[in-house]
Amino acid sequence: MKAESNEKALLQGLARSDKKAIEIIYRENYNMVRSLVINNSGSTDDAKDIFQEAMIVLYEKVRSGTFELNCLIKTYVYSVSRRLWLKRLQQMNRYVPAIENLQDGVQVEEDVEENERINSEFLAMEKAIGSLGEPCKSLLEAYYLEKKSMHEIAQFFGYTNAENAKNQKYKCLVRLKKIFFAQYKNGNGNG
Amino acid sequence: MDDIKILDTVERYIRGEMSPDERLYFEQRRKTDPEIDQLVVEHTLFLQQMNRFGEWKKFKQTLQETHIDLAQQGKIHSDKLRGGAKVVYLWNKYKRVTAIAASIAGITAIGLTILMNLFTPQIKDPKVTELVHRVNAAEKNLKVLDNKINYVDKKNQQPVMSTPVRYNGTGFLIDPKGLMITNAHVVKNSRNIFVQNNKGDQFKAFVVKLDVARDVAIIKIDDDSFKSFASLPYSFKKATSDIAEPIFTLGYPRDEVVYGEGYLSAKTGYNGDTLSCQIFIAANPGNSGGPIFNHNGEVIGILSAKETEAEGAVFAVQSKYIYQVLDELKKSSLYENVKLSSKSSLLGLDKVQQVKKIQDFVFMVKGD
Repeated sequence: MKAESNEKALLQGLARSDKKAIEIIYRENYNMVRSLVINNSGSTDDAKDIFQEAMIVLYEKVRSGTFELNCLIKTYVYSVSRRLWLKRLQQMNRYVPAIENLQDGVQVEEDVEENERINSEFLAMEKAIGSLGEPCKSLLEAYYLEKKSMHEIAQFFGYTNAENAKNQKYKCLVRLKKIFFAQYKNGNGNG
Repeated sequence: MDDIKILDTVERYIRGEMSPDERLYFEQRRKTDPEIDQLVVEHTLFLQQMNRFGEWKKFKQTLQETHIDLAQQGKIHSDKLRGGAKVVYLWNKYKRVTAIAASIAGITAIGLTILMNLFTPQIKDPKVTELVHRVNAAEKNLKVLDNKINYVDKKNQQPVMSTPVRYNGTGFLIDPKGLMITNAHVVKNSRNIFVQNNKGDQFKAFVVKLDVARDVAIIKIDDDSFKSFASLPYSFKKATSDIAEPIFTLGYPRDEVVYGEGYLSAKTGYNGDTLSCQIFIAANPGNSGGPIFNHNGEVIGILSAKETEAEGAVFAVQSKYIYQVLDELKKSSLYENVKLSSKSSLLGLDKVQQVKKIQDFVFMVKGD
């Protein structure tokens, strides 16, 4: 019972991006994934990438609100990592004779695919913001991502008042939306 | 209202920063102006996306920091591989390749061993080769052809067997009624044995005594068409012969009986083997089992093997072992009355005469 409620608390913490919860989950699962990847012709960097990717899958899942834990976090993370690493190996055109050791785990195919889709959107966003150039990039990041107030931003960037900063921000936003939606359409058209 | 003003209004609406009055007014407008409505929906989506993106980025950042923290505290394996860990890592990375390489090496080695075993003559010591003749395919065909011609000739008589021959050697009579001696290695692997005289007549035979240790076999001709001889012209010497004694042999390295002569070179055989003696004589595969005569026409041995690495070193089983093997046979079977003649009728004759008299008693031994 205690273990179960512990797990639940951890997942709730993760959904809130609680640093302590993230640290615990990280600490308890990283070595397992590391052995999995290294034992199947991966490097430590690969292991780190795969594990963090699996953490993101778990994070997105708990945040979607529909996630019900029907297995241990460990099992879930292992299954996702295994799936991700297999995919990576296939992309590298490495011959993969059924990954070694341990149980098959739980079905994570859909979650991994969903994560891939979300990832590609976020990467598109990142690219769009990056292509804005300064000061638009920093301005938008400060307001929308770091949630700073217009007043703070005006001070930080040296605008004479918040209103000017706001106008500038909107100009940037219009540009960003244009680039993002153009990219999005292209991406969808291609895909 | 310019674009920026509209955008600001929409954003304030979405973020819930409007006063209740303003909000009411805006919602009215939204209902009447589809363009505004569209913009609200679109911007809501975009802001959500931005939000999630922000959190995603932050989460990734947190993960990186967590990783570094935990690695520094030693709570997870650090990234740097040192000492044994590095070996384990490299081994894990390359073990598949290693396994494949090792398998290939293993298979090659086993394959080579099998091939070597297949092509090496079956003999106790590789330096000594038994002079049994393995008839090759071409000869087999000749043989079959031969038999067919015979078959046409003897149509009204009994059909001649055309079994393919795998081994052949030489054998010679030790008793006028059809008991013959040859090497054990000539007949030991054969199911059917035939003997053929120098005229080409073939007779069926079977093994009555096989002594692999001495490499001596006694076979019996068992064929209606074989006619017993009155007596044997040669005798068998019981004592050991002397070095430098001139000797000769008759054998079937080919389809014809072939004469060869030489001398006794040593009283023991290969590696001091006391069963046999060493002789100098031209011997080829097919000579195995042939008699070795001294100048008196006495059998002093059975030609059995030759050393592959030395020229002219041929070995023969000493004739006293023919007595021994025969004695063993007599104890346990029907052949009690068989007696080796100890008096040669060839004494004093010249070689040509001796050979002329002997050759009818020397046979080609064929097995399949």
